[in-house]
Amino acid sequence: MEYADREHVLSIRDLSITFKTGAGPVNAIRGVNIDLYKGETLAVVGESGSGKSVTFKAAMGILASNSIVNSGSITYTYHHNDGTTATVDLLKMKTKDIRRHINGKRIAMIFQDPMTSLDPTMPIGKQIMEGMIWHYKTPKKEAWAKAVRLLEEVGIDEPEKRMRQYPHQLSGGMRQRVVIAIALACDPDLLICDEPTTALDVTIQAKILELIKRVQAERGISVIYITHDLGVVAKVADFVNVMYAGKIVETGTIDEIFYDPRHPYTWGLLSAMPDLDTDDARLYTIPGSPPNLLHPVPGDAFAPRNSYALNIDERMEPPMFKVSDTHYAATWLLDERAPKVEMPKELRARIQRMMKEAN
Amino acid sequence: MEERKPLLEVKGLKQYFKGSRQFTVKAVDGVDFVIYPGETYGLVGESGSGKSTIGRSVIRLYKPTAGQILFNGMDISGNLTNQQNQQLRTQMQMIFQDPMACLNPRKKVGEIIAQGLDIHHLYKNHAERQQKVADILRKVGLAPEHADRYPHQFSGGQRQRVGIARALIMDPKLIIADECISALDVSIQAQVVNLMKDLQEETGTAYLFIAHDLSMVKYISDRIGVLHLGHLVETGTTEEIFNNPVHPYTQSLLSAIPQPDPRTERDRVAKTYDYKQAGVDYHVGKRQHLEGTHYVLATDEELAKWTAKS
Repeated sequence: MEYADREHVLSIRDLSITFKTGAGPVNAIRGVNIDLYKGETLAVVGESGSGKSVTFKAAMGILASNSIVNSGSITYTYHHNDGTTATVDLLKMKTKDIRRHINGKRIAMIFQDPMTSLDPTMPIGKQIMEGMIWHYKTPKKEAWAKAVRLLEEVGIDEPEKRMRQYPHQLSGGMRQRVVIAIALACDPDLLICDEPTTALDVTIQAKILELIKRVQAERGISVIYITHDLGVVAKVADFVNVMYAGKIVETGTIDEIFYDPRHPYTWGLLSAMPDLDTDDARLYTIPGSPPNLLHPVPGDAFAPRNSYALNIDERMEPPMFKVSDTHYAATWLLDERAPKVEMPKELRARIQRMMKEAN
Repeated sequence: MEERKPLLEVKGLKQYFKGSRQFTVKAVDGVDFVIYPGETYGLVGESGSGKSTIGRSVIRLYKPTAGQILFNGMDISGNLTNQQNQQLRTQMQMIFQDPMACLNPRKKVGEIIAQGLDIHHLYKNHAERQQKVADILRKVGLAPEHADRYPHQFSGGQRQRVGIARALIMDPKLIIADECISALDVSIQAQVVNLMKDLQEETGTAYLFIAHDLSMVKYISDRIGVLHLGHLVETGTTEEIFNNPVHPYTQSLLSAIPQPDPRTERDRVAKTYDYKQAGVDYHVGKRQHLEGTHYVLATDEELAKWTAKS
């Protein structure tokens, strides 16, 4: 892969978001940097509450009303129809302008639960056409024809008949396909998938992921996956960002994260995945649970759960240490003064086996 | 192994729901399986395959349409006498999917856990009741002080521990765990599965583990049953199912499990299985014995075709 002349699509810098709650301010996002380039697939992995959804809700301008953006920028670059390039800071745009020019038209989002993201009182055909008519003033007949084509594209049979059906008449997998069709209706160049398959079972999950992959290849769009399932990440992503307690703790290409992970949290996540080839009696677990961000976190937020934690972890937050041009990790273990620490034995063995299988 | 007396025997269980006068949903259509004391039987299948319905029929939240359920040698598929009912309600317990929805938000955790004891009068005095609650909380990895908190003060994983404690305090012979880890995060899932395994070793409880995630089922189960459209299409020990899946539906399920290995995962295309296109009719097939405890639902020709291929 060539990394030099890639075209930026989305670039998030120093994003910090606080939620005002009854118990006090919760600093959910604490300085996040993410880069996405054209045509690539980025995955953001983390536990629930790590802030992965909030980050991209900010990019869509759909943050909850009790949120405050403390600092940072989300710059988005796109092409007008006449070929000129425009770069905007999504955080500085008015909500009205985002709705008019960005949402749906440029950046589309697929949510976790297809039942709650579809309107139960509207036939699905109308829901697919809605965006086209609103954004591009497409004539109704044309929009109808395009909607039928889209339904075919996402693999729904008898599209003409389905157009008049309501969401409750479809199965879960079909509904998620309809949601994807709606997202693609206005030809966006960035697709954000927020846990697109968590509500579906494995066989359907595989089909939906294959569908998104195919659509991406055909249209050359960029895709962001927000997920906690590393199996999904392994299947689709080019680049991975591991998020913990409102910060990116490790970022790299997919091979670097899966075959050469450096952060203890990534080790834990990878080890906790059940592996079909081993017969260990116990699964590895990360002890404890994520920190409560209601209170400021001194030092490394992962330190209390980290069996490799150093003294400094409790006092100072680690910076992003560079491993390679694309691979960075925020752990003091990478500092040159730190003791040499290897990843857990079991994980090393598993990675070696995977490498052997692949070759 | 064959000599053991089964704890739960399900024979030809059918559970129909009447939708309207013309239309009946056949959620479970003739399922047979056995669970031995102290083992874990995993039931897998996609949503709508009837796996939760089986769990609910077994614990008698539904009245089975047909078939026989023997629990501890006692027939519990018909009308129950008071005494049978009482035995069933103490010896069989359930853990539900959504740990938030299944705990009463207005009761303290201690009250929730002790509710079964209260109903069945299983303690002599207040001190013994408190003692039992404290013991069980410690067993599932919580502190006795947690008894005075409300469910909303816990995280998802902790709430599921409360659900497990509630089931375990009755000292049941069988626990039905209905998708009890599906709503949890990956790292918390591992914690709960490990806890359930430890508790089984300690108490010798049998589990009926219902899930759609085959990789977790593999970790916890001794034997697995694969369910599709209300039919048990394949059953056997975990090794038999994973090393030699015979039924095309089982094969498609196994091929769909995501693996944390990008190089193989990227190019892998999951096998598809479509009941209509595969030309398999579950109603004609019969239980065919392969080896050991490995059974598959198929006609003779289908069996010959499937085994020849693999």
